[in-house]
Amino acid sequence: MLEIKNLQAGVEGKMILNGIDLSINAGEVHAIMGPNGSGKSTLAQLLAGREGYEISAGSVSYKGQDLLDLGPEERVREGFFLAFQYPVEIPGVNTTYFLRAAVNALREHRGEPELNAVDFLKLMREKIQLLELDESLLKRSVNEGFSGGEKKRAEILQMALLDPTFAVLDETDSGLDIDALKVVAGGVNHLKRADNAQLVITHYQRLLDYIVPDYVHVLVDGRIVKSGPKELALELEERGYDWIIEEQAA
Amino acid sequence: MVAPAQNCDAVDRLLAALPEGDAAGRAQFAELGFPTPRDEDWRFTPVKPITELNFTAPAADTNATLDGCVFAGITGPQLVFVNGHYAADLSQIGELPAGVEVRNLTAGDCPAPPTAEDAFAALNAAAATDGPYICVANDVNFETPVRVYYLSTGRAGATANVRGYIRAGANSKLTVLESWAGTQAGYFNNALTELHAADNAQVEHVKFQDEHTGAFHVGALHTTMGRDARVAHHSLALGGRIARNNLRAHLNGTGIEAVLNGLYLPRAGQLIDHHMVVNHAQPHCDSHEYFNGILDADARAVFHGRIHVHKGADKTDAKQTNKNLLLSDSATIDTKPQLEIYADDVKCTHGATIGQMNAEQIFYLRARGLDEEAARRMIMHAFAGEIVERIQHEAAREELDRLVWDRLEQMKGVGAA
Repeated sequence: MLEIKNLQAGVEGKMILNGIDLSINAGEVHAIMGPNGSGKSTLAQLLAGREGYEISAGSVSYKGQDLLDLGPEERVREGFFLAFQYPVEIPGVNTTYFLRAAVNALREHRGEPELNAVDFLKLMREKIQLLELDESLLKRSVNEGFSGGEKKRAEILQMALLDPTFAVLDETDSGLDIDALKVVAGGVNHLKRADNAQLVITHYQRLLDYIVPDYVHVLVDGRIVKSGPKELALELEERGYDWIIEEQAA
Repeated sequence: MVAPAQNCDAVDRLLAALPEGDAAGRAQFAELGFPTPRDEDWRFTPVKPITELNFTAPAADTNATLDGCVFAGITGPQLVFVNGHYAADLSQIGELPAGVEVRNLTAGDCPAPPTAEDAFAALNAAAATDGPYICVANDVNFETPVRVYYLSTGRAGATANVRGYIRAGANSKLTVLESWAGTQAGYFNNALTELHAADNAQVEHVKFQDEHTGAFHVGALHTTMGRDARVAHHSLALGGRIARNNLRAHLNGTGIEAVLNGLYLPRAGQLIDHHMVVNHAQPHCDSHEYFNGILDADARAVFHGRIHVHKGADKTDAKQTNKNLLLSDSATIDTKPQLEIYADDVKCTHGATIGQMNAEQIFYLRARGLDEEAARRMIMHAFAGEIVERIQHEAAREELDRLVWDRLEQMKGVGAA
């Protein structure tokens, strides 16, 4: 489904990703772990189409298309989704209005009829329960004044509404207490199907107790230096990253 | 003091055009003269185009109508002034509950205003023809909004001075919706409204100014607040050629909550200026000023916000924000926040931003499937909506939201990168 080959990219002449290779198939959950500054978030943002990165080599193929050739909104319409590490506050944009516009943009692309306000509300009520979100949030401005946990749950609500084929979760667990983490992970697991895939980026092994990956990759200095089964995450939790870095240096 | 030379002629011509009135006021206006860019408070707002007008005192116009004016769907008393004169046939007072007075001014209604701080206030004191008188007695909760319409049908140079007086008694509630509209270029409105909110009064005052793009407008709102008063003023300024709003707020008791909330949307050739001074005289008061502006083409806007916390006004919480969105490279904003604090234990913040669309927000919306133009549009409407949604009166808020939406859709710079 997603095939990253030798991806090299940087910002203002500074290289951040130094040749990433990653292949993800439908039905799989992959986790990327790594120390601060290893390039995790850059990878997530670049996949979502943020401007400002210089891509010097490599390719990203998504469902047979060149992902890097598509604008951010086109990626979403092809079923790509990024749950932001830092969801952006947009004062003045009503959450319900925004979500309906997003859902309808996708439906239009698929040739489906627009959802009217009533049908949309029905759909949203169903999804919101999954995330145990307070319905009053929907009347507020997008992410404005939301707590950290509310923001992250709202991201997963958006994911549930857009029902992506491929989702990247960028440190969705950061800043969550254990109860909120369980809710968020429960939501993500609920959205898991045989025909979609997820890439979970995290700093903490804890998340992987709730979202169980098929593969764990370790990102150091913009390269995947080690890949393995989910047990690798436990080892990282216990031993940190230094041994891998040393192993690489050797 | 001698009036600046370049304005002597304009002052003389204006005084000659206006009916004889208060001699002292005329003398003061003559002495002060029109402000010049050398005057700090008028540095960014040149009034030269006003001084060049061929001043006349317009008569009442019986052909004027309220067609197309805002708040038409709202019921309740309405006062209409055409070219500064009370239009009894267009006004509707209706049955009012005891303790509520809505009418035009009569002699002796309002005490002499405090010393005029500038020529326009002096001119108003000298030459005001008429204006609204709205009073709610103590303990009267008047839920129905009072609408005040100012229509201008005069030609270039037609000069109207209107004086308004609004008083909300202790423990009362009052909503006033003001609309300014005009039909021809070049007229000049000079207004001064006094708003007094007594102890524990709750007042909402909305000023919707959408005049001819060739019109001149100087409007002052002087607000005094008593203990525990809660006053919200909303200025929706769609402007004229030059529109200046002088807001003065005096927080004279403890426990006051004052909100000054404004949105300005100047288009090509327009200048909109908000100049405010908020005086905190007593402890435990909150004042919040929120002003957002969206500027298209070569539009100009000025924001000046001074918060003055007097000695002893401890526990003051004063917040001021001024955010500007420039849709074009040739739009200009001059913003000047100022804090003057003479008390020890206060919380005062101010911030001003000037910029293009927020790239983070645009990316976030695109990452949810909206195309770039839809994203820009949504953010621009949000920027305006943030201000509009503070209006408490539901019907007024909804109507103004639609009007602002339509106006924004007409801005040329919306879809531009």
